[in-house]
Amino acid sequence: MIDIVKHRYLYFGISLLVIIPGLIALVLWGLPLGIDFKGGSLLDVRFDSGIVPQPSQVVLFYGENGFSDPIVQTSGTTGMVIRSLEMTDAQRNQLVSAMESRFDSTITIQRFESVGPSIGQEVAQRAAIAVGMAALGILIYITYAFRGVPNAFRFGVAAIIAMLHDVAVVLGVEAIIAHFFNWEVDSLFLTALLTVIGFSVHDTIVVFDRIRENLNIYRRLPYETVVNHSIVQTLVRSINTQLTVMLALLSLALFGGITIRHFVIILLIGVFSGTYSSIFNASPILVVWENREWRTWFRRHKTLTAN
Amino acid sequence: MRRNYRFLILIALILLFAIYINIPTSPGIHFAGINRNFTTRLGLDLVGGVQALLEADVPASQTIDPEDMNIAVQIVDNRVNGLGVSEAIVQPAGSNRIVVELPGETDPEKALATIKQTGLLEFVDMSSLSTEQAYALETKKVNTDWVPGVSQPSQNIIPSPSPTDTITSTLPISLGPTFHTVMTGAVLKNVYVNSNAGGKPTVSFELNSEGAKIFKDFTSTHVGKVLGIVLDKEVISAPRINTPITGGEGAIEGNFTLESANALALQLKYGSLPIPLKVVTSETVGPTLGQDSLNKSLVAGFIGMTIVVLFMAIYYRLPGIIADLALLCYVLITYAIFRFIPVTLTLPGIAGFILSVGVAVDANVLIFERIKEELRSGKSLSQAIDLGWKRAWPSIRDSNFSTLITCAILFWFGNTFGASIVKGFSLTLAIGVAVSMFTAIVVTRTFLHLVLDNINFTRHTRWFGV
Repeated sequence: MIDIVKHRYLYFGISLLVIIPGLIALVLWGLPLGIDFKGGSLLDVRFDSGIVPQPSQVVLFYGENGFSDPIVQTSGTTGMVIRSLEMTDAQRNQLVSAMESRFDSTITIQRFESVGPSIGQEVAQRAAIAVGMAALGILIYITYAFRGVPNAFRFGVAAIIAMLHDVAVVLGVEAIIAHFFNWEVDSLFLTALLTVIGFSVHDTIVVFDRIRENLNIYRRLPYETVVNHSIVQTLVRSINTQLTVMLALLSLALFGGITIRHFVIILLIGVFSGTYSSIFNASPILVVWENREWRTWFRRHKTLTAN
Repeated sequence: MRRNYRFLILIALILLFAIYINIPTSPGIHFAGINRNFTTRLGLDLVGGVQALLEADVPASQTIDPEDMNIAVQIVDNRVNGLGVSEAIVQPAGSNRIVVELPGETDPEKALATIKQTGLLEFVDMSSLSTEQAYALETKKVNTDWVPGVSQPSQNIIPSPSPTDTITSTLPISLGPTFHTVMTGAVLKNVYVNSNAGGKPTVSFELNSEGAKIFKDFTSTHVGKVLGIVLDKEVISAPRINTPITGGEGAIEGNFTLESANALALQLKYGSLPIPLKVVTSETVGPTLGQDSLNKSLVAGFIGMTIVVLFMAIYYRLPGIIADLALLCYVLITYAIFRFIPVTLTLPGIAGFILSVGVAVDANVLIFERIKEELRSGKSLSQAIDLGWKRAWPSIRDSNFSTLITCAILFWFGNTFGASIVKGFSLTLAIGVAVSMFTAIVVTRTFLHLVLDNINFTRHTRWFGV
């Protein structure tokens, strides 16, 4: 039988290998907030003539019209996405008609968003509350659902740690990608993050449920063995489920259009991380806790012999 | 075995109802007082259109009367309906915001202007001015002493601006005298166009009891003076009080054409917002982008579903094919619920739907893996199926419940900010998760049992991938 629990520190290490660079990126570069969170406007236009001006020209043009320092990106062959300060619909119409005469092309507005700065702050605040509430709600639910099992609270905490693992992975990867591809954190990103939290716990509970059952059946076996046995029993299911979800998401990412690509990619990363953490982190954490292994963490040779 | 046939009938009935709802030309339900039509409601990101979030424009320290907010929502709704956009949505979002969605609207500026124009109506005391002076103020901006959010102005303090201020001042009029607000548009009960004895159009109005009393007191003491009617601080009419108005009804006579009287009546009727509103966020999606997104996500959804269906059939064989049938039921039922409620389908909503397909498959995978285990441990097939379901149920229940918890929190989050995209996503995911539990537990199980009744399993163990 595959022994996952035995190599638990290897798997913890792999997690850290992904999380630590992500967190460094997060500290160094931060997460560029989208207009949902900090206010501002986004204008997605298509130049009907097919001749798209240089982004630098558009930056200059915006500056002349009182919207300094816009972020300009080309999209597709004839499109352009311009992020700048908040503007009203009237201001936008003025700007677009001025742009039409400047760049000598009719312009079709594909998408326009404008968010006031105060509401952005409130959204960011509520978002933090939402993540906190989700974690708390799940902790309470798991402690309740596993109430018959000794140390039900541990299951809750282990699930939350696995969940935080996925949050850290998603945030870190987002920080890295955002830095290189000009992605911004918006409400959709937040939705993806919260969904990942839900799925991470979903996966973890399936494994925990098996541990709960096996602890009752194999009372004589060592804790580690029971946990490992449970992980292996649910392994096929975990992989199959993850495979179907990821295939569905992959088809969305490839064919679903640019608008939700960011959202879907974050979901893909999160779902993968969620399955990984439920197999390789959440349950092994139970073993670490059961053995109180932190007492030997700083005496390396003993840990090795213990394994 | 009997039970299985009963379930089969139940499933068939549910499916028939779902299909009835899903037919594009579904006639809807029209009997026993129920009157419903079923349509697939597509979000702005799929059809294009305008979304705006309006916020009560009052100081943060001030609390807002929920009743006032409800009235404001209704008034905005009336205005939006006046635009003639089909399937427009006007909903309160949190305690101080209103979300307005105009799918398919192609002129966002005009639409938003119409909504924003629905401003604050005030009746102000212009007794310090002569009729000519007051008339000259029409279409000009003035100041009033009304504080937003207070239901009605106080009756005690009546500052009397000096008339000469207005005339001699070279400053813009908006910096001129401050007029006392006698009452706001919140007291208007009805407004309509009428004509006077001379056949000229007038704008008649009825006041509620509170307004009637204020109006009676004021007009009795101010006969011959001017009562300014101010919309968003702009004087739209400055009629003279000819007689005391005691019955709570009155008419504005002026140099009206039928058209201008109608316009004023509409402004008075729909402009009587109890709270001033401002646009805090607005979003416009062009129709081509929407259509493009819709096509692409349909293709992606179809490809994704096909892969999942093939995977299940190949890996799990007979049970997999049965699960695929259950999945088909799942899609039909979920889509019917979307049309029934109706849930606005957005791009993330479709993603949520596809994700919930994953959840539906997961429930089946959990059960099938369990059945395989029971079969390997030497149980008979029928026993294995029952045991498999029984053992898989707690993990399906617990894991789906945790997803529902996150959905509830997402819904709350989306609701507060009128972020209909987030709301739509959480709603579609939650409905999907709930239906998936039903199809996995009831549909797959019934189908599997029925198939087993009619084949000799021992000769076909390979069908189960064991």
